[in-house]
Amino acid sequence: MTARLIATIIRNGFLALRRDRVAFLLAFILPVAFFTIFGFVFGGMRGSSTPRVTVLLVDEDHSDASRALVRGLLREPSLDVRTHPQSTKENPAPAAYTSASAEAAVRGGNAPAALVISSGFGAHPFAFGPQAGRAQFQILYDSSDPVAAQVVSGMLQKTVMIALPATMASAGWKYFDQYIGVLTPEQRQRIQSSLSYLRDLQSQEQPQSAAANNSLARGLVSIEMHDVVGEKKRSPMISYYAAAVGVMFLLFTASAAAGSLLDEAESGALDRLLSARVTMTTLLAGKLLYTALLAFLQLVIMFLWAAAVFHLDFFDHIPGFIVMTAATSLAVAAFGILLASVTHTRAQLAAFSTLIILTMSAIGGSMFPRFLMPDAMKKAGLFTFNSWAIDGYTRVFWRDEPIGHLTGPVAVLVASGLALFLLARWFARRWEYN
Amino acid sequence: MPTISANPAPLSVEEIRKSFGTVAAVNGISLEIPTGACFGLLGPNGAGKSTVIRSIMGRVRPDSGAIHIFGHAVGSTAARAEIGWVPQELALYPLLTCRENLRAFGRCQGLRGDVLDEAIAWCLDWAALEDRARSTVRSLSGGMKRRLNMACGLIHRPRLVLLDEPTVGVDPQSRNRIFEMVEALRARGTTIIYTTHYMEEAERLCDTIAIIDHGRIIALGSKETLVARAFGTRSSVIMHFAAQHDGLAAWAAAHNASAQDSAILCTVEKPSEIAVLLESAARDGLDIADVSLRRPNLESVFLHLTGKELRS
Repeated sequence: MTARLIATIIRNGFLALRRDRVAFLLAFILPVAFFTIFGFVFGGMRGSSTPRVTVLLVDEDHSDASRALVRGLLREPSLDVRTHPQSTKENPAPAAYTSASAEAAVRGGNAPAALVISSGFGAHPFAFGPQAGRAQFQILYDSSDPVAAQVVSGMLQKTVMIALPATMASAGWKYFDQYIGVLTPEQRQRIQSSLSYLRDLQSQEQPQSAAANNSLARGLVSIEMHDVVGEKKRSPMISYYAAAVGVMFLLFTASAAAGSLLDEAESGALDRLLSARVTMTTLLAGKLLYTALLAFLQLVIMFLWAAAVFHLDFFDHIPGFIVMTAATSLAVAAFGILLASVTHTRAQLAAFSTLIILTMSAIGGSMFPRFLMPDAMKKAGLFTFNSWAIDGYTRVFWRDEPIGHLTGPVAVLVASGLALFLLARWFARRWEYN
Repeated sequence: MPTISANPAPLSVEEIRKSFGTVAAVNGISLEIPTGACFGLLGPNGAGKSTVIRSIMGRVRPDSGAIHIFGHAVGSTAARAEIGWVPQELALYPLLTCRENLRAFGRCQGLRGDVLDEAIAWCLDWAALEDRARSTVRSLSGGMKRRLNMACGLIHRPRLVLLDEPTVGVDPQSRNRIFEMVEALRARGTTIIYTTHYMEEAERLCDTIAIIDHGRIIALGSKETLVARAFGTRSSVIMHFAAQHDGLAAWAAAHNASAQDSAILCTVEKPSEIAVLLESAARDGLDIADVSLRRPNLESVFLHLTGKELRS
């Protein structure tokens, strides 16, 4: 008897689910969609590219050794090495990066790190000896990407050993000869013979073997690290995560708030409003502003909390915060209104919003930083509110950029907000006359 | 176009038609309701009644025809100000209080300041909800919700009110309270269009009644007129049989009656004519379970014209 009752309850559940076909399909599509998206994000898909770290390279030494090192770094698959800014119509052949222009580019968020090969590197490639106190390399980095500087540093050590075997060996023997012992002419002859072999290797474009990649010289090159963006910040990454998490929940709030349209349609209140003096455009505009205000307040609370608990420098960035928050709130509110006007039931709205919001959040950087993603996913992230909002807030709180520099993210957010609102108005025609 | 006169009718419907796909929901309906009337709109489910109501409210655009409210084209701002709608559904905000609901819908009707405050006070008094003004809708009883639903439709004091089954799901006491509210409205000179599935409500409240079926008005007039037209001075006889009989339809036709399932409906001039029917049924082997003689009323008219019970 009990089993029959349970079976009846199960049957009723499936019957109800089947009646709402969109919710029924989404119940099965949702997990598959997320699995696919996460597969892409983590690079598990066949043919996806490994995340590469962009690094700006400045050669101040201009020696044979430094040129060989540049060649070696350019061959390094985990690095996207750029020696020149990208050409533009105004400047089709830009000059190579200098230490100053590379630092400015890192500060501006164009790359997470820059590597400077200091002058004198060729003469003293090792980090010991008479020039041991002087670093051969400087890495200028933005600590909002905590991975990039470490990757560049590690890849530099590796490349030095692979690309400069002769330089390293020559310098080693020189110091050995100078400080430890007197070599016999026969020993010198053998060393010169070995060095000539290594010089041949070093001069070749392609490395011969991994045998040169040993660990003997790990740490032997001296690197000076400079956090050029976040060195004065007390709480690195807090603004990033405040924006990242805030926007994701804003999207959920917006879709839930806009769902009141569906409630009103179901209860008949929408009919009553539309038969009064309220037009559909007025109604949607009211819903848009209400949802945007709600979103604005949510972000204010989020950032005030970040200031109180995580020492975010909120009060010195209020104008930029207001501009970004207004643009973000408008965009997410329009997104919520559009979802509500497209769907027919609360169940459909919940399923659609979960699918779209979690997808946007995954590829837009709300769940984990975009710099960890493959290039294709980074590009896909540009189609999400999350990435533009995070970019804008990072400019305000991390890079201390003026409001004028927010034009890009603000324009994208406001334009998409208006476009989505117009689309929602078009879909809402179904409620006007039926 | 209707003639613009000094005193245009509260509602003028001219030959409206509306189809949904291949289904003609409204197939040429015309109406004119005089000032102060309580006009009953009856019809079985699917007859086109809802489409007519939604057309009057400007929520459905007829394919052809015209509707005017006090001379103003339906959907215009002036027409919207003159008509109040009480939908079947509880079209309220459940988390707002009675006063907040009235204020919200009042503002949507363009009311402000003292005018709005006075309108809210009148509505709360009219619906006998003064002591629940600060209660949220979800804490009200079913009858109170119905009364608030009516009040929200009348917050702007319209001269024409459309009450769409306002007593659905309420207890007899609340129903009587709603009748009193409707009668109070009539006493103020408000013109009312009333739809219901309860014939006794139409008989009590409405002075003119239209019966709609298949998208057309099939009868229009006062209760007495409709009964007289349908039955004259005759009474109706309803005979229920113990079981459905193969020859029932033929037997009903032979006696000028209509058959439905295991029952037949016919009319007699005098009660003594029933004896003839009983003898005939017995002769033909029909097992009679119940016989009733009724003075014709609206229910009888409805059944006679549509072949359906009003609440089926």
